[in-house]
Amino acid sequence: MSAAGHKVPGSIAQVGVVMRYSFLDYLRSRRFVILLVITFIIGGLLTGVVGYYRPAGFLGSPLSFLSGWWGLSVTLITVLSGIFFGGDAISGEFQNKTGYFTLPNPIRRSSVYVGKWLSAFTASSIILFIFTAITLANAFYYFPGMSIPWQFGESLLFAWFYLVGVLGFTFFFSSLFKSSSYSILITAILFLFAFNLIDTIVSAFAQVEPWFSITYGSQIIGNILTTPYPDHITKVAAGFGPRAGAAATFTSYNVTIPEGLAIIGIYFLVTAALGLILFERKEFN
Amino acid sequence: MTNPSIEAVNLSKTYGSFTALSNLNLKIEGSKCVGFLGPNGAGKTTTLKIFTDLIRQSSGEALINGNNVHTHKKAALASVGTVIETPEIYPSLTPTEALSMIAAIRGIPHSERSKRIEDVIVEVGMQEWAKKRVGKFSKGMKQRICIASALLSDPTIVLLDEPTTGLDPRGMSEVRDIVKSLKKKDRLIFMSSHILSEVADVCDEVAMIDHGKLLVYDTLPNVTAKFAGGANIVEVELIRPIDSSVMERSVAVIQGVVSVEKKDDKNLRIKYGGGGLEIQEKVLSDLVRLNIGVVSYKPASSALEESYLNLIKDTL
Repeated sequence: MSAAGHKVPGSIAQVGVVMRYSFLDYLRSRRFVILLVITFIIGGLLTGVVGYYRPAGFLGSPLSFLSGWWGLSVTLITVLSGIFFGGDAISGEFQNKTGYFTLPNPIRRSSVYVGKWLSAFTASSIILFIFTAITLANAFYYFPGMSIPWQFGESLLFAWFYLVGVLGFTFFFSSLFKSSSYSILITAILFLFAFNLIDTIVSAFAQVEPWFSITYGSQIIGNILTTPYPDHITKVAAGFGPRAGAAATFTSYNVTIPEGLAIIGIYFLVTAALGLILFERKEFN
Repeated sequence: MTNPSIEAVNLSKTYGSFTALSNLNLKIEGSKCVGFLGPNGAGKTTTLKIFTDLIRQSSGEALINGNNVHTHKKAALASVGTVIETPEIYPSLTPTEALSMIAAIRGIPHSERSKRIEDVIVEVGMQEWAKKRVGKFSKGMKQRICIASALLSDPTIVLLDEPTTGLDPRGMSEVRDIVKSLKKKDRLIFMSSHILSEVADVCDEVAMIDHGKLLVYDTLPNVTAKFAGGANIVEVELIRPIDSSVMERSVAVIQGVVSVEKKDDKNLRIKYGGGGLEIQEKVLSDLVRLNIGVVSYKPASSALEESYLNLIKDTL
């Protein structure tokens, strides 16, 4: 109870307060506008390229169109949203000193963490759904009167779930560092380059399934748009000359849906929990 | 309502081999303003950060109204307003929105919220900027919003960490006036500062700290009387101008007075011999008897400065 007799709200109500105001801050921020512009640029480029070249692989069926368009680009949009809104969500509280305004109040750090996560998730979801709208608008242009394939609905849900995992991960790195630029840079490098590189090296050369990689798990977003769903393991013999087939065998792995969901889910649970523990323990020095 | 209190019990904070705070024991209780003094790195901000759960103590306890700040943060900080360092506010929010967020976190009911926010914005003189985004504000303007946020729930305890740091002279004076106005209500104000004149001007008691250890905690007159050495100076404010001849004939001849200096028509600096509170009291009662319109009588900041330097010197 405060001096004036006000009862301090419960932690869940405070999560809602933090979410509401940090979402307002995100919505008005330059980064939201920049991400919106990037989304429109990606959407615009795809619209222009497909419209000009009219690739047969895209225009065969609604599903192949969505597979080519959405499958190629949505993970990038998801990752960019996660980096833009989650990359410095917690480190910014230290570096920008906004934590000095919010935290010396009767509120648990966990309420601030969860509230900020939810606001980042909401802001990222808006971007994701805008890109979904651009994708569907193009699909309806090329296939008037089409019914949206059920695989696309699933793919959207997977992308949304991947966003959950990405934000868990970015919040973890954001809690790990006190510098916003470090946390943004490291998450960007990991998601845009490192994970993909590791996936390729591990599966193609070491012939080990990269089950430990969240980007491997995210393959379900694109794979669900392929009919039939790709085989879990594909071996390709490669080489040159008459004995080409025996020269080398490359293995490629395609994540199964349960496996992909499990990888993303575990990534989220572990990294979000670790991020929260770090934030609880971190000091404002 | 019980007396507001803050208490440090064997409070220590170490960073590796560096001890920022060493077994601090300090209990402050009741409605008063306490200045928290010490050189850079003495442990002032560390103490205040522990009291707001921005950092954790290595050992000991920080209690506010009997509640452990770290284990029962919500109960401990429910009736506390704070400004620690120079906080930043989410730049896209307006002061009204930022204060609405704090009001909601603190559970100020919707019906009271707008009025309360308006009141504190007026109190810190930011009404013209209430609907502008904070991102473009100067440091001083942000500091005022932070002070407004500290006052929002009408707290019984206010913790301020060098509240005038970084402000221009006008801003410093305005913040000092705000702090003085806080004293009109029954509040415990605990304020760290480097500026001794500010503390002498605003505070009733002082706690001095150095190398993480408490050196003294007492009333301002007692501290200056004990530690100011020969420089026993009081500043006297009068309600009406005093004539120089009256000053020479009446004030300068009071028993114990060594010299009188006129700062301006209504302010005198009186140096008295000996030491201790008794002589201060005698000089005050003689001044009042002169019927020259004494409205304020307090140890000069230079006396506090000398006390400070004497105490800090001993710990070097």
